[in-house]
Amino acid sequence: MSTLLEVRDLVKTFGEGETATRVLRGLNLTLAQGDLAALLGPSGSGKSTLLTILGTLMRPTSGSHVMLSMDMTRASDAELTDFRNRHIGFVFQFHHLLPDFTALENVVFPTAVGVGRETRAAKERGRELLQRVGLSDRVHFRTTQLSGGQKQRVAVARALMNRPELVLADEPTGNLDRESAGRVMELLKEINKEERTTFLISTHDEKIAAACRRQVRVVDGTAVADEVSLS
Amino acid sequence: MIYCFKFAWRYLTSSKLQTGLLVLGVAVGVFVFVFISALIGGLGSFLVDRTVGDISHVTVETPRLDPVLLMAPADGSIQAVYQREVGQREILRTADAFLPSLETLVGVKAVSPQIIGNGFVIRGQSRAPVAVTGVESQKVSAIADIASNLRSGEARLTNSTVIIGVRMADDLGIGVGQIINLQSDRGVERSLVVTGLFSLGVEALDARAAFVSLAAARSLFDLEQGINRIEIKLDDLEAADDYAQRIAAMTGLKATSWTEGNAQLIEGLSAQANSGDLIKAFALVTIVIGVASALLLSTYRRRPEIGIMRAMGASRAFVVGVFVIQGTLIGVIGGVAGAIIGYLVLSPFPLPENAPPGGFPIDARQGAYAVAVVLTTIGAIFASILPARAAARVDPVEVIGS
Repeated sequence: MSTLLEVRDLVKTFGEGETATRVLRGLNLTLAQGDLAALLGPSGSGKSTLLTILGTLMRPTSGSHVMLSMDMTRASDAELTDFRNRHIGFVFQFHHLLPDFTALENVVFPTAVGVGRETRAAKERGRELLQRVGLSDRVHFRTTQLSGGQKQRVAVARALMNRPELVLADEPTGNLDRESAGRVMELLKEINKEERTTFLISTHDEKIAAACRRQVRVVDGTAVADEVSLS
Repeated sequence: MIYCFKFAWRYLTSSKLQTGLLVLGVAVGVFVFVFISALIGGLGSFLVDRTVGDISHVTVETPRLDPVLLMAPADGSIQAVYQREVGQREILRTADAFLPSLETLVGVKAVSPQIIGNGFVIRGQSRAPVAVTGVESQKVSAIADIASNLRSGEARLTNSTVIIGVRMADDLGIGVGQIINLQSDRGVERSLVVTGLFSLGVEALDARAAFVSLAAARSLFDLEQGINRIEIKLDDLEAADDYAQRIAAMTGLKATSWTEGNAQLIEGLSAQANSGDLIKAFALVTIVIGVASALLLSTYRRRPEIGIMRAMGASRAFVVGVFVIQGTLIGVIGGVAGAIIGYLVLSPFPLPENAPPGGFPIDARQGAYAVAVVLTTIGAIFASILPARAAARVDPVEVIGS
């Protein structure tokens, strides 16, 4: 499998001087296209910081970060915004949908904000994705009219809208009941298998981690174990 | 831009009460702007109309020329003192040549060739000084609206009639149909029948002015041909200075605008207009502060959404666009609403020229509606820039983390 993303000697320090806190301490990680990886580790280990850096929302203090042959540490803010829009999808623990918009409008947002309008093709893709996540009957519902599980499935559809190579999910099932969590996880696996979208899922849930083919453990800001399941 | 507009509109319509109050606030500000414009403009028109409505807007006369000194110095120099002959009246002998072109000038409402002079009205033992104006019989009301301000009689002049002010009539104890003797400063005396009494509300005219026909004035002032001056009334008296310059260039004569003799009135009107502008500026500042504070609150309230949009790939320009368009929409909608309310409220007021004494001289035509809407929209756009920039600086990491 070809390399999608590679970080080397990644360091992230917050604050300066005596109050400086080094969250990532020379972390190395490579993700291949089609990976379905779980990011494990105790709270404060640096998982969220790593996801934020990989999502180009934050720059590392030092180290290299290359994705799709583009050096993220040298890219401008506008370039990172554009790259993020086209190549990276996000699923957060809290769905973070736009409350004044419908499910479909939320899903097509990444495409529409890139081209400046909601095209017919984008709406068609949005409907397909909502159908795929089992919400074809909720297309025009405001997000305030959806349950927690439904909102999270809309968030998954939104993350996939631009056919990103990488989807970063931060505790995507952490706020859901067991049944909804299971459905969302099944959905992620299905999309990974069918579209070869790379997933990096931060989780505390060992069952979720076990469902992934790869488990990356982060302790004290470094990846200490990288296990690949054969199943 | 279309997508920015969609977001801006959705944000405004999703908080209907807040948006409604904001638009109402802007509309009230615009209403104040329109009201002050109409009031100050109407008051100005009212004052000008009442003060100079019955006088000439441009007066054309022969320029007074000093005679050339014909003595040539033989050797050395000559010291001479020349005293101007004040009794001599300048005569326009070539008036007939350019009167037609003045009458056809665009913007000229009326042209009145006149013979003027001083004299006395004699009735029994009473003698009252009088300023006599000889006008064309059919143009009695061309400059001063005598016809509309007649207290009794009629505004009709013949070779043997005169129209005088009510004050003069009271002082002399005469009425319509009675005869007065008019003696000019040339020593000519004529008996004329009083056909009308006017009251223009201007003391100098009501107590001292007498109108006669041009023919009567010719005999009174011993003027066989020519006239003394031409009085011109314009459609727009504020353009009098420009017209005076044009007419002077056209005729080679001295043309004087009404503003030259009413500097204090002009100064007063200017001060009044400045006061109005100040009040309007305060109204605009209030609108700007109101819009800015409301949008800043909206920015704060929508920080999580802005962060998510940025995370999903929305550029800073997109976020700025959403908030600037919100400001623009508030400005346009509030501005148009305020202008419409202003027009509806002001329309029932009578126009200044018809305003009753003691009433509000509000001129709905001078509401400056378009200016109010344009300035409000520009103000609202400026007001939205600060919140928009604040929104664009929202860090998605902070928002997602919280």
